[in-house]
Amino acid sequence: MRKSLLVLCIVLLPVTGLAASGGDAHLRDMTPDLHDKASLQNGMKLFVNYCMGCHSLKHQRFSRAAEDLEMPRELVEDNLIFADAHAFNDQMSNALETAQGEAWFGAAPPDLTLTTRLHGVDWVYSYLLGFYRDPERPTGVNNTVFPLVAMPNVLEPLQGVQRQVCGDAEHEGDGSDCHLELVHEGSMSPDEFERAMFDLTNFLAYASEPSKLKAQALAPKVLIFLFVFAVVAYLLKREYWRDVH
Amino acid sequence: MADDGVNKGRRRFLVAATTVIGAVGAVGVAVPFLSSWQPSARARAAGAPVKADISKLEPGQRMVVEWRGRPVWILDRSAEMIQRTEGLGSDRLADPDSREPQQPGYAQGPLRSIRPEIGVFIGICTHLGCSPLFKPEPNAEGVGVDDWPGGFFCPCHGSRFDLAGRVFRNVPAPLNLEVPPYYFESDAVIVVGVGEDEEAA
Amino acid sequence: MGNPNKPKAQRGVMRWVDERFPATQLWQDHLSRYYAPRNFNFWYFFGSLALLMLVNQILTGIWLTMSFTPTAEGAFDSVEYIMRDVEWGWLIRYLHTTGASAFFVVIYLHMFRGLLYGSYKAPRELVWVFGMAIYLALMAEAFMGYLLPWGQMSYWGAQVITSLFSAIPAIGPGLAEWIRGDYLVTGITLNRFFALHVVALPIVILALVVLHIVALHEVGSNNPDGIEIKDKTDSNGKPLDGIPFHPYYTVKDLVGVAVFLFVFCVVVFYFPEGGGYFIEKPNFEPADPLQTPDHIAPVWYFTPFYAILRGVTFSVFGLEAKFLGVVCMGLAIGLLFVLPWLDRSPVRSMRYKGWISRVMLGLFVICFSVLGVLGVLPSTETRTTIAQLCTLGYFAYFLLMPFYTRLEKTRPVPERVTD
Repeated sequence: MRKSLLVLCIVLLPVTGLAASGGDAHLRDMTPDLHDKASLQNGMKLFVNYCMGCHSLKHQRFSRAAEDLEMPRELVEDNLIFADAHAFNDQMSNALETAQGEAWFGAAPPDLTLTTRLHGVDWVYSYLLGFYRDPERPTGVNNTVFPLVAMPNVLEPLQGVQRQVCGDAEHEGDGSDCHLELVHEGSMSPDEFERAMFDLTNFLAYASEPSKLKAQALAPKVLIFLFVFAVVAYLLKREYWRDVH
Repeated sequence: MADDGVNKGRRRFLVAATTVIGAVGAVGVAVPFLSSWQPSARARAAGAPVKADISKLEPGQRMVVEWRGRPVWILDRSAEMIQRTEGLGSDRLADPDSREPQQPGYAQGPLRSIRPEIGVFIGICTHLGCSPLFKPEPNAEGVGVDDWPGGFFCPCHGSRFDLAGRVFRNVPAPLNLEVPPYYFESDAVIVVGVGEDEEAA
Repeated sequence: MGNPNKPKAQRGVMRWVDERFPATQLWQDHLSRYYAPRNFNFWYFFGSLALLMLVNQILTGIWLTMSFTPTAEGAFDSVEYIMRDVEWGWLIRYLHTTGASAFFVVIYLHMFRGLLYGSYKAPRELVWVFGMAIYLALMAEAFMGYLLPWGQMSYWGAQVITSLFSAIPAIGPGLAEWIRGDYLVTGITLNRFFALHVVALPIVILALVVLHIVALHEVGSNNPDGIEIKDKTDSNGKPLDGIPFHPYYTVKDLVGVAVFLFVFCVVVFYFPEGGGYFIEKPNFEPADPLQTPDHIAPVWYFTPFYAILRGVTFSVFGLEAKFLGVVCMGLAIGLLFVLPWLDRSPVRSMRYKGWISRVMLGLFVICFSVLGVLGVLPSTETRTTIAQLCTLGYFAYFLLMPFYTRLEKTRPVPERVTD
């Protein structure tokens, strides 16, 4: 029995180790905190103010966010729902048509409901912080994690303007020895802006899987129950197996 | 394998304990499966309270809004209509004082409404679910009776209701028309589907 | 007419039932008087756990169909609808997605147990063959189920696998179109896969499970010593080393179920994506027939066979590599079916087989695992070479078995089971 378990562990360890590795070194680490309601609320505010003009969260309902983020209905209706087209129970869709988006930006702005699950939170966080000045692009900006991005930096009023500095010469190399430098300040300090982008990413992480809050609340109860059940079942097994041994 | 030395009491206790915990677990598993048949957030969003602007509703007119897929009539009764309706009694109506629980507590009495002039009813006949026709004028044609005080006539099986949604005697419909929960958000805006200071169901 | 000597309850409702239906007889034959060897170890938990997972998949699957839309336009959104709008939908879906992977985990461990103790050897050949048929049906079931969420990985996975059929000479291209019902994977494919996934294959799998268990209970369970317990009986004809399945193994399996469910629930509640292996990241993007994701890999339980398929990069006898790859993959699964006739050893259990068998089984497990890992990774030249070596190891285990099992010196098998 013990030997078998050991064998199993030895077989499975390299597999799980391999599964855990991977990940991109360029990306900034970001760990969502779904219990920081203030951060999530601020993230939602940033989203509806800066992102929702073009991007939708077509699976996320305002009402669900109000419930999960602990915001009263009036607050949401007065501060976060702008368009008359939206009611409190509606999903955070937007009016921008796909064809319109393609005409304006060359690529339709994607729906962002699942974006953190698709790319990972680190990617989204790094992307939001990764815009820099690039006169060769039609929008005037490029991005460190999403080269040749079609989206303009709508957060520029907050962030200011960054430029990429690579080794000795500007705009050279593969980007691995590059970093970003602030050229013009925005209305936020770099720290404030990073904090704001944390909040925005945090909100997107929430919106990608609202059930996570429920799962985390329920899990300990289920696991404690199963533990108790396992103990009682084991005692029962031991009692019956006295006959055999 | 022999039975000697078996602690029967302990064994019985452990079997009972495992059974009880197992049953609790089975109930716990059943809860998500059974609750998932509740109306989903989409269904609830579609069934959420609706707002109606009644500022353009003239006396004597009726407007129809949809709530939970059913027609809700909002009727602006003129003074003369109110008079006609209040004049009806138990000789002609089955439940003139609306004793049957077909309306919220704040909409009882002969006019079955919060404001006397504004009547709000679910426009579904209490007989078999047709939507009755609006016949507000006295002695209208095609309602099957003379001396018609104005009201609603169901074309399916001939049920008749007055302008307060009260059912007449000797018709198939057993009950008065249902009054949904509602309240006035302002003079001009009425919210159907939830009463004032209530949680939407 | 039933057996006149069949066991019947003495009185009450059960007596009434027993006169019309062999309830007591079935209970005794399969549980209370089914004698199982008393020396089952850790590896013997996985049969009952596979049954548990089957029930989980069927139950959660039925509930998912209630809110799922099997169309190209609606499928992806309806999955998110289940995850958010349907009460408890998230839990039911995660039980199903995690359940699929967990099912394969227990099935693989269950199969390894068979290899370890020679549970496929006479007289249990049919138990093994039915089991392999279940495995094959499960692979089809899982593959078709994986298309249903209609994400990028679903779509391109189905595209690649259905294209495999086009490698068959002559009928290939037509066959692939026939399976898809279109020139490429579309809503038509989704719709038929849905029907097969929720109706046809579950019926087949359930029937095969019944056959598997009936065959097992006909010949009796094997054990870690590979001894036939029916050979040593007491005066009543009961095997000396056997104990009734109920209550001894029912209570023991209950412990296994509780421990397994604990681990299972940790994954369901905290790591439902399984690190990107149970639910793959590209599947959070709706299917786009115009754009293949950067890196596509099948779900982890298919990767060993996928690595074999991809490892064949050369043509032999004028047969092109693509076709040979499909043949090798088919052969890799097909050989499992004939395993009972490849093993010529006089003993069943690895405990009494010689060292060559042990080395070969070890080699097989390593090759299978390495192939599994390689199947997840993008291919490079080195990795292709490793995959080819492992494919060789995989086939060597089966094809050399008739020789090494006869040549090697086995150890004496004890008369009675050991503890």
